[in-house]
Amino acid sequence: MVVRRVDRVAEPWGSRTPYGPGEDWPVRVDTHLADGIAPEDVDRWVQSASILHSNGDGIDIAVKDDRIVGVRGRAVDRVNRGRLDPKDLYGWQANGSPDRLTRPLVRRDGRLVETDWDTAMGAVAGRTRELLEERGPSSIGFYTTGQLFIEEYYTLGLIAHGGIGTNHVDGNTRLCTATAAAALKESFGCDGQPGSYADLDHADTICLYGHNMAETQTVLWTRVLDRLAGPNPPRIVCVDPRRTPVARHATVHLAPRPGTNVMLMNALLRELLVNDWVDHAYVDAHAVGFPELRKMVDDCTIERAAEVCDVPAGDLREAARLIGTAERLVSSVLQGFYQSHQATAAAVQVNNVHIVRGMLGRPGCGVLQMNGQPTAENTRECGADGDLPAFRNWSNDAHVEDLARIWNIDPMRIPHYTAPTHAMQMMRYVEDGSIRFLYVTATNPVVSMPELRRMRSILSQDRLFLVVQDLFLTETARLADVVLPAATWGEKTGTFTNADRTVHLSERAVDPPGQARSDLDILLDYASRLDLRDKDGAPLVKWSTPEEAFEAWKECSRGRPCDYTGITYDRLRGGSGIQWPCTDEHPDGTERLYAGGRFWSRPDYCESYGRDLVTGSPVSPVEYRALNPDGKAVIKAGEYLPPHELPTEEHPFQLITGRTLYHFHTRTKTGRAPELRAAAPEVWVEASAADAERHGWSEGDLLRITTPRGEVTARLRVSGIRRGVLFLPFHYGYWDTEAGHEPGTVGRAANELTPTDWDPASKQPIFKTAAAAATRVRATDGTPSSAPTTTGSRPVDAGVPATRGIATALVHEDSGGTGARP
Amino acid sequence: MSVVRSLRSLHGNKVGAAIEELHRAENDLAGALLHLSDRQRTDQEVFHVARDIARWSQQHARDLARVGSDYGVELDPEPEDESALLARLRQKAAEAVGRLHEPSLLLLADLRHIHREAAGVSLDWEVLAQTAQAMQDRELLGLCQDAHPQTLRQMRWADAKVKETAAQVMVTG
Repeated sequence: MVVRRVDRVAEPWGSRTPYGPGEDWPVRVDTHLADGIAPEDVDRWVQSASILHSNGDGIDIAVKDDRIVGVRGRAVDRVNRGRLDPKDLYGWQANGSPDRLTRPLVRRDGRLVETDWDTAMGAVAGRTRELLEERGPSSIGFYTTGQLFIEEYYTLGLIAHGGIGTNHVDGNTRLCTATAAAALKESFGCDGQPGSYADLDHADTICLYGHNMAETQTVLWTRVLDRLAGPNPPRIVCVDPRRTPVARHATVHLAPRPGTNVMLMNALLRELLVNDWVDHAYVDAHAVGFPELRKMVDDCTIERAAEVCDVPAGDLREAARLIGTAERLVSSVLQGFYQSHQATAAAVQVNNVHIVRGMLGRPGCGVLQMNGQPTAENTRECGADGDLPAFRNWSNDAHVEDLARIWNIDPMRIPHYTAPTHAMQMMRYVEDGSIRFLYVTATNPVVSMPELRRMRSILSQDRLFLVVQDLFLTETARLADVVLPAATWGEKTGTFTNADRTVHLSERAVDPPGQARSDLDILLDYASRLDLRDKDGAPLVKWSTPEEAFEAWKECSRGRPCDYTGITYDRLRGGSGIQWPCTDEHPDGTERLYAGGRFWSRPDYCESYGRDLVTGSPVSPVEYRALNPDGKAVIKAGEYLPPHELPTEEHPFQLITGRTLYHFHTRTKTGRAPELRAAAPEVWVEASAADAERHGWSEGDLLRITTPRGEVTARLRVSGIRRGVLFLPFHYGYWDTEAGHEPGTVGRAANELTPTDWDPASKQPIFKTAAAAATRVRATDGTPSSAPTTTGSRPVDAGVPATRGIATALVHEDSGGTGARP
Repeated sequence: MSVVRSLRSLHGNKVGAAIEELHRAENDLAGALLHLSDRQRTDQEVFHVARDIARWSQQHARDLARVGSDYGVELDPEPEDESALLARLRQKAAEAVGRLHEPSLLLLADLRHIHREAAGVSLDWEVLAQTAQAMQDRELLGLCQDAHPQTLRQMRWADAKVKETAAQVMVTG
């Protein structure tokens, strides 16, 4: 047994526990407790999992005197085997922050004032009813999150789609994971992660496409680092314009020009075909569309891609060779593809690599189309994100009728004349005044959506009734007509599912502060005030506790791909999370989907018939039936189009936005944890050494970055980013500045600069291709940027002091246990 | 090739006229898409997709100019372009009316126009493809086979956008 005390700000991935291919990943239990608390002081440990990223790490919450005093990783959990992400190790402290919302607020004479629940909910339900009478259900919209629980999403979807009858329901998952879902629907007819994290234990080649796993899924990256430190390590292919920790470990690092992912992927696919690195037997038996792929990529030669993407041809060939000769290939995709130009067309090509190589549904052979947020998978499953519940197909009448049967309502009450409205379109409807009521749960569009000046203007309109349900007075909450104080992780019970389909239970450990209530309780109150009924006159929402809601959700999922019927709260207690589908037939869940080339893509069963990758038009049922009558995998590809906003003389840089290891989303929680706040205290901008030299800039200079939409001022970090590209982290808004929700003297939110533009197929906004200018406002006095040195923002100047944790950042790491401990 | 050549000399004038007509129709369709894009600056997806797929028609016009010379028609290989300045002025005007709901009605009318234009172009490609087969002109047939599916995608896009927006436009507001 090895015990270490580690500063996990300085060493985010902690100690190595090396292992070889096919072996079990060793246990390492990470514990962090409040200063002065020892493990024996803890009154009780309460089971949960992480909600500060999408990895789904199992956590036990330490409680003393009915307060949360720390966290410990769950050794028995298949996902993390005891390890925790720094965000989880320190982020729990935000729960106890003194500025939590404890009472509802309503706007009176232009100001938000405290009120009671009855007044606040009376106003919310009252305005809903007025609008239903005056303008109909399409004047009502719901914008939710990737951070609530299954029970809450399912209830929200029922209220909105089945009760109110609006088509306008989406989550901020539109910004983080919409392309993952869209790409899976295109290739496999249905959402659902094909691979499993355990595939990393077996892989000989791991490709990360626009996925800085080291910072977004730190525990999963720890698994890769442990493989790299063990015998027969895997080869790593990294596609990223920044020199991230992943890139530093890569066998081949491709740093393409932003906006050219489709050209890069089309060329890699062409190279696989040219060299016949193709499993023809698999393709013949299990896929349609192969001849069309050949035609689509025919003119995407390595030489052409090298020019368009500005990547050396030799590196492209070498990457293709690694992929083409892999025997156990794992691919993982995230925002570098999802938030970039032609998102779905690029992500689908990663699926195509696995289809043509026949590498699906076997150990070490899997695709991970990742999520950004902890419960994004559930937003997608439960019908809260622009899909119908349990992957039902909105353009299949039989599916809508089946849903109406479960909800006991007339099918006509469920809008399905077109796909549920996506978030960007909903904001457009708010802008043109056709949506007049917007109910926002647990998200902060005034910082996270593109083009913030526009967002602030849209959401501050007098004719809009804005409801915000959150933990803190966020930037968005400051514009609301009613603010509802919500309970969060550790203060309420519910379930959620990570990016590899692992379902976890998160139990209530302590009471929420003041009068704050769980999101489920608030939604149930809303439904009861609206007096929503089924077709027999009984209440539409038939549950009142999380467990009852979960049982109802299970029934809704029965027989669908995401079948939860074999899972109960009790089965989730004590042990590891369980991967869906979990049924009587597969009581322990399902590690990998699509074993043996069996898919969920039959026309009468599939979730989606797909979309045109360029125009976004839905494929009609008739076309799909003709294309894929037997339910095979669909090989589909799109032609490369140049990005919509290219650099000009006036705006010579390409701006990409992204994240850092130490913060989540708009820092609502991580900005309130001292260790995390100190690790990445303020916004910075990254530029390459070549660009800095050309413009005479130095590390720490204050730069102003402008696009036609706005400006941001930030200190320069000269990093390993490719030339011609600027990077801004998107986490920094205004809640901890004097102005509160908008720029005071200077802008610092990256989304002041981003364009309102999205991928037509997945409707995911584009955050990675904006043309920008940069000028120096002030030369540094020698102070470097405070950007972390441990991560993708590592300075090229070795003289910059390394990022270290504050005194309370020490974490207890215990390696060598068996994991048998409950 | 001699068969092709003699068929071309026999029927070349009619085929040339068809190519010329399609060249004009593709240019019109590209123009209609760009015009729609400018008018709908505040509907960002329409703005961008209309521009993206206008390129297809512009490419088709270029390709038709190339094969047209085989049939003795001289066509302008460069697609017609609108003055950038004019386009910017229209965009500013569109931004000013973006807060009104009524422009959505205009969007439906514009999409209907695109759908009709694209349907016409689609039939023209059909005629040309049949002709190319009869004349055993592989180059012309290949062009038809590459271009026609994109025309159908342009048509489907207009149809899908109408389906997506009609209810919101007609029922709310």
